[in-house]
Amino acid sequence: MSTRAQKRTILQEPMVVAVIIIMFLLLGLFILYPIFAVLRLSLSQQGSFSVEVYRELFNRPRYLRSITNSVLLGAVVATIATFVGFIFAYAIYRGGIKGRRFFQAMAILPIISPPFMFALSVILLFGRNGLITARLLGLDTSGLYGLPGLILVQTVNLFPVAYLTLSGILQNIDPDLETGAMNLGASRFTVFRTITVPLAMPGILASWLVVFVTSMTDFGNPIMIGGQFDVLSVQAYLEFTGMGNLPRGAALAVLLLIPTVLVYFLQRAIMRRGSYATVTGKSSRRGRPDVGPGMRAALTTFCLAVTGLVLLFYGTIIFGSFVRLWGVNWTLTLDHFSYSWDVGFATLRNTVLLALIATPLTALMGMVIAFLTMRKHFFGREALSLLSLLSYAIPGTAIGIGYVLAFNVAPFRWSGTAFILVTAYIFRNVPIAVESGIAALKQISAEIEESSTNLGATSAQTFRQVTLPLIKPAFFAGATFTFVRSMTAISAIIFIVSARWNHVTVLILAQTEILRLGAASVLSTILIIVIMAFIYLIMKLTGLKRDQIFSNAS
Amino acid sequence: MSETYLELKNLVKDFVDGRGETVRAVDDISLKIRRGDFVTLLGPSGCGKTTTLRMIAGFEQATSGTIELEGRDISATPPYRRNMPMVFQSYALFPHMTIFNNIAYGLKLKNVSREQILNDVTETCRMVNLDGVEKRYPGELSGGQQQRVALARALVLKPEIILFDEPLSNLDAKLRIQTRTEIKRVQQAMGVTALYVTHDQSEALSLSDSIVIMNHGKIAQSGSPEEVYNNPASPFVSDFIGNANFLDAIHAGTEGEVIRASISGEIIEIPKNRCAAGIQEGDTMRVAIKPEMIRVDREESPFPAEVDVTAFVGPMTEYKIRFPLSGELSDRIVTAIQSNKEGRTHVYHAGERVFLHLDGAYMRAYSA
Repeated sequence: MSTRAQKRTILQEPMVVAVIIIMFLLLGLFILYPIFAVLRLSLSQQGSFSVEVYRELFNRPRYLRSITNSVLLGAVVATIATFVGFIFAYAIYRGGIKGRRFFQAMAILPIISPPFMFALSVILLFGRNGLITARLLGLDTSGLYGLPGLILVQTVNLFPVAYLTLSGILQNIDPDLETGAMNLGASRFTVFRTITVPLAMPGILASWLVVFVTSMTDFGNPIMIGGQFDVLSVQAYLEFTGMGNLPRGAALAVLLLIPTVLVYFLQRAIMRRGSYATVTGKSSRRGRPDVGPGMRAALTTFCLAVTGLVLLFYGTIIFGSFVRLWGVNWTLTLDHFSYSWDVGFATLRNTVLLALIATPLTALMGMVIAFLTMRKHFFGREALSLLSLLSYAIPGTAIGIGYVLAFNVAPFRWSGTAFILVTAYIFRNVPIAVESGIAALKQISAEIEESSTNLGATSAQTFRQVTLPLIKPAFFAGATFTFVRSMTAISAIIFIVSARWNHVTVLILAQTEILRLGAASVLSTILIIVIMAFIYLIMKLTGLKRDQIFSNAS
Repeated sequence: MSETYLELKNLVKDFVDGRGETVRAVDDISLKIRRGDFVTLLGPSGCGKTTTLRMIAGFEQATSGTIELEGRDISATPPYRRNMPMVFQSYALFPHMTIFNNIAYGLKLKNVSREQILNDVTETCRMVNLDGVEKRYPGELSGGQQQRVALARALVLKPEIILFDEPLSNLDAKLRIQTRTEIKRVQQAMGVTALYVTHDQSEALSLSDSIVIMNHGKIAQSGSPEEVYNNPASPFVSDFIGNANFLDAIHAGTEGEVIRASISGEIIEIPKNRCAAGIQEGDTMRVAIKPEMIRVDREESPFPAEVDVTAFVGPMTEYKIRFPLSGELSDRIVTAIQSNKEGRTHVYHAGERVFLHLDGAYMRAYSA
């Protein structure tokens, strides 16, 4: 449906053309240009093209090891987290377990937590002075640092991503397919093996890939409890910021960037091709075959165990906020609160302020781009869609380094300003808003907007009076998610914070490094409370349900 | 009344399909629509009728050709300035607005005063029997009511032309006929020009002053309902608008004003003006005859046949009949409809031997 004639019609509306051009310029400047800066630096030596930096990287075991480590960690965590997420989704949407609403809430909880909160918990529980390792078991260990600890925290951190992807897929499988298979003589297990799993396969693959990339590009957990287990994101940070070896830091970020971009396109292809879960026409809400009491008990036990672990981690952080000196002096105190107030209040206030500025802008930009790419025909439509979703695929480390390189010199000398932080929030999160806008628009017949046009409304009037009110839930979902992700950002942010404009996650990391675990716990707790309060407020004000907000989280 | 209001000149529309190939959806269509007429674009799905309508509304740009409104080319006018309200197949009501605001939407965009809007909306609601639901939302209305809101939203603008895109296809059979009458009544009362797209021939026949039958992007025939029904110009039109049966025949010579056609070895005389031009003696022909023009009886005729399926539908009975019974075509089925007026309720049952009474005066002959 894309003929030249149709693209010509867009010229009848200069306003639309102007908006399209502005979107391209913004995305080009804040997504493409920084990445270009990273690539350029990593591929040049004394002003000329050279692959010397990469040759050096591949000749040193230390860097080679961080590549294999990153991939290994990603693969292991992706496998375990997808498995846990699948069981959770299956238990809730197929298993008919009791306490569905409770488990639904628990499965989403880790998403709204700071990325390294579980790492902090693991230090408190299983560290050198850990509550469990040292105190209860009396072990004199070096703690759960390195690969095992990372697998544990990232699995708890990321299984919700798999859960959200898979619960959507599992709900979309027509119950009649399973009932039908059983009717033809298949046992419960055969139904599961031959119908449920194959139909969910695209979702399983997609969620594996998403978790793989997220784990690989994670920065917060490895820097806290990675120990001797070197990974790319941490190495890139240490080289770039610690050693001041900018080209090498850039090159490491590029090595992280390549697989994530590849996986991103692979994942999109799978999700697009494999959407046969919904081919049957009318959605029927007839009952699904029961899984049986034995299976239900097993599923419940599994969910309880995982939930218990999540809650244990949360409880530990809260407890840690009150313990005078973890592992040494277990008396309770409020000192950490007053200390945190002194060192953290300004930072916390600024973090919230900047996130609140970025939130509506991101959501609005997402809705505008979704509207343009779904409803308008113009040259470069595909490119705009791709570009707007691209920063999904770009590791925070690469964006962070890119922002330092790109916006440190005229004409874009913005480093150290609040502006640069806000743009990072916006362009890191705009893909989520675009995705939820697109998902919402797919539910709305284009005829509704056409009829507005037909009755005399310009594109801008139609967008404001018809489209935006109709996709309001997507707007607020995008906004909420932007807020959460802005508040918990670290991998990109750590490169561009300044003394004047610090971020609370960076502050928590700093407190952990100087072994102020109590203050780190207090700040984490407050951060979570702020996020929960915001989500609660949005839900109250807009009448949005939790599921609507998080349905596009994956 | 005979002035041309809307004219399509050599309209062409190409689409590029998923595999990158160009598909011609509308192929050189020229058409004149007179002010105040009710014109229907009729055709099977994929014939280009909806694309034509959407080009007129401005949602698609023609690949070539022009659309002229009162002699003025409107190809460059954006859709929101064309003032041709459309009633959509899905109704396309704004789900987040009340019925009142839905209907008032177009007026508000024209900066009509508040009192005027209230006045116009109320009046229009009364005209389409919608009073009392103004404060409700589209989701709370029945399908028929939603349909009337869609109509009211177009009517309230007092346009010179209204476009309809299969507006009745989401209604059940009974409501469809009721609403059809309603649309015709309102259109006549307001004297508005109407362009109506449908694939339902009874809708087209009952509503239109003029029917344009389309096939494969081209106009197959246009004319009044009586014209296209009684004088279909091609086998396609015969089939599409009259569900005609096609019989194989051979041209067996001309005699005065009739052509002698040999059907299953028997001669039938067909008036010359009911035969397509260019058929020569000895040519094979396809002869079309409508189901209601075949009389089925026990009384003997040269055309013996056997009942295959009988469907009694009240006012008439529809038969699927094996004919001819001998020869290599003996498995062909023809459809015949017998009126049950004057209490005629006798039906023939499956397997029964009957005779077809065929009259050349009701046939049309085309070259095979």
